[in-house]
Amino acid sequence: MSAQLEASVLGLTPRTDVGRGSRRTRGMTRAAWLFIAPFGIFYILFMIWPVIYMIITSFFNTSLVRKGFGSFAGVANYHEMLTRPDFWSALWHTIQFTIYTTPPLVILAFVFAVLANRVQHGQWFFRLAFFVPFILPSAAIALIWTFIFTPSTGLWNSFQALLGDQNPLPVLGTPSIAMVGIAITTLWWTIGFNFVLYLAGLQDIPRELYEAAAVDGATQWQQIRAITIPLLSRTTTLVLLLQIIASMKIFDQVYLMTGGGPGISTQVLLGLITGTAFTDNRIGAASAASVLLFIVIVIITVARQVITMVQERRAARND
Amino acid sequence: MTEQTASGQTTAGQSADARRKFSNGVSAAAPPQAITVGKHGSGRTFVVVSWVILIVFAVLWLIPSLWAIKTSLTSNSTSAIGAGPILKDWHLTLGSYKTLLSSGDIWNWYLASFVTSILTVIFAIGFSSMAAYALSRMNFRGRRWVFLLFIGGILVPSQVLIVPVFQELNVVGLLNTYWAVILPQIPTVIALFVFKQFFDNIPRDYEESARLDGAGYWRIFRSIVLPLSRPVIAAMAIVTFVGTWNNLILPLFVLSNPKLMTIPVGLATVQGSFGQRLSDIQASSILGALPLVILFLIFQRQIVEGFAGSGLKG
Repeated sequence: MSAQLEASVLGLTPRTDVGRGSRRTRGMTRAAWLFIAPFGIFYILFMIWPVIYMIITSFFNTSLVRKGFGSFAGVANYHEMLTRPDFWSALWHTIQFTIYTTPPLVILAFVFAVLANRVQHGQWFFRLAFFVPFILPSAAIALIWTFIFTPSTGLWNSFQALLGDQNPLPVLGTPSIAMVGIAITTLWWTIGFNFVLYLAGLQDIPRELYEAAAVDGATQWQQIRAITIPLLSRTTTLVLLLQIIASMKIFDQVYLMTGGGPGISTQVLLGLITGTAFTDNRIGAASAASVLLFIVIVIITVARQVITMVQERRAARND
Repeated sequence: MTEQTASGQTTAGQSADARRKFSNGVSAAAPPQAITVGKHGSGRTFVVVSWVILIVFAVLWLIPSLWAIKTSLTSNSTSAIGAGPILKDWHLTLGSYKTLLSSGDIWNWYLASFVTSILTVIFAIGFSSMAAYALSRMNFRGRRWVFLLFIGGILVPSQVLIVPVFQELNVVGLLNTYWAVILPQIPTVIALFVFKQFFDNIPRDYEESARLDGAGYWRIFRSIVLPLSRPVIAAMAIVTFVGTWNNLILPLFVLSNPKLMTIPVGLATVQGSFGQRLSDIQASSILGALPLVILFLIFQRQIVEGFAGSGLKG
């Protein structure tokens, strides 16, 4: 297509066109592969090969301390993982974390963005307050919040004491609420990303719609309900699914704040995987767990693609 | 709440009047002024309520950072006692910062983070824009397959690949080098797709005239396509920079030499090694975060647009 276009632009006669066209195509093919090669090589080395290696080793007793794949294990690694109670508890903690974080991260981000978009002035201040934490290293976030959650002397417990609770529970040291502490930290840390996605979505809504609604006597709340929420539904789907995928991959906060503890009450899947690989030296078993997590994330991602496609088709039909 | 709706209704009535007045008069396109008047009226309570809610939450959101800053400026002996004393003690001291900056560790972390992040950005942005250019502008056999193969990368979360990537780096003997942090982060599929979408929308005429002058693909890419793409390059470069700078899981497992540790890994070791020196710990988290805050203040727009446009979430 583009070769034809170029030839026609060059104004060549049909005969030379054919000859030049094929040489040009060959030259273009070579150039194309040269342009793709640098990215392609790294893509193969650090995306494709690791995936293949992960799948292969999940069927072997591969270890960190021995060279090679080790002995063939068949599906033993998968069988072990799927029958290990701590695998299921890690999966449950991952889901628990997703349940704790997703609703507030979507709803609050939506509210903040709609309000910030309405007030017009001072948006830089809200971006600073809500978005800056998102670009800070998780390790710095963890230091700040572990300090806030320090038993009895920390800001959190001091505040609880101020409110009259004289023996507040240590947040990160109590199995039943440690994950809540991690979720609060994550809410504070990552809401800015969703906030910014919603702000971007709001930019796409034509002002005239609101103006027309105002003319028709719609109150601000009616405008939000009838215009903003429906027109942001695609952004909401995006935010929701990105949030679920990100939550499934949670590692940093748990590793840094509780190390999976107390006990294994906050152990998540990536924590279990790295623990099995680097502490127990069992690459094969860790790979099996990685493959299982990988499958879960792929399913969510594919669901996201399908939902987006359906929404786009519906939007196209409505236009 | 009732007051709000009440005022909304009265002003809505006014704006309806305004509309009627205008529809008698000029054309439908005319009345922007009337609408602004109407909106201001109906929204006043709403705007006030919005402001109050937003400011309350913004302040709530600022407290942890401000608390960390305040603690870092308090002496270790005071901060060890608890929240009350930290709040009351206003003899601010830079002692913690002096200790950290003179210890040398933090400078090693900064160096490691700068070297690895900048090299990753250069390779990642250079290579992904080249590949995107080929996929967007050239016709060749297998293009569709290459495209599908790269699209598949979106499905692969890099964190899940930590074990095989570690093994791979181990086999070639790259563990405990900066390359172990840089190389695995070079193939950034998201940047490739953002570039491709941008390139797809550059009019072909720009290239055609250059081609008439005898320019090759590389010349066209470098002197026409890349300069046109400066805003996307800036956005993607900054998003990649922030991502590599903040990456914890990869350097955590491939770097064990304290001299080579990046800031996130260094900070991860702080809590245990600093014991009760709470002010020093908070000062180190502030120092670790500082470069990114500065980056944000300089490149606000590119950062915000970059993250929003790429849909990239950690």
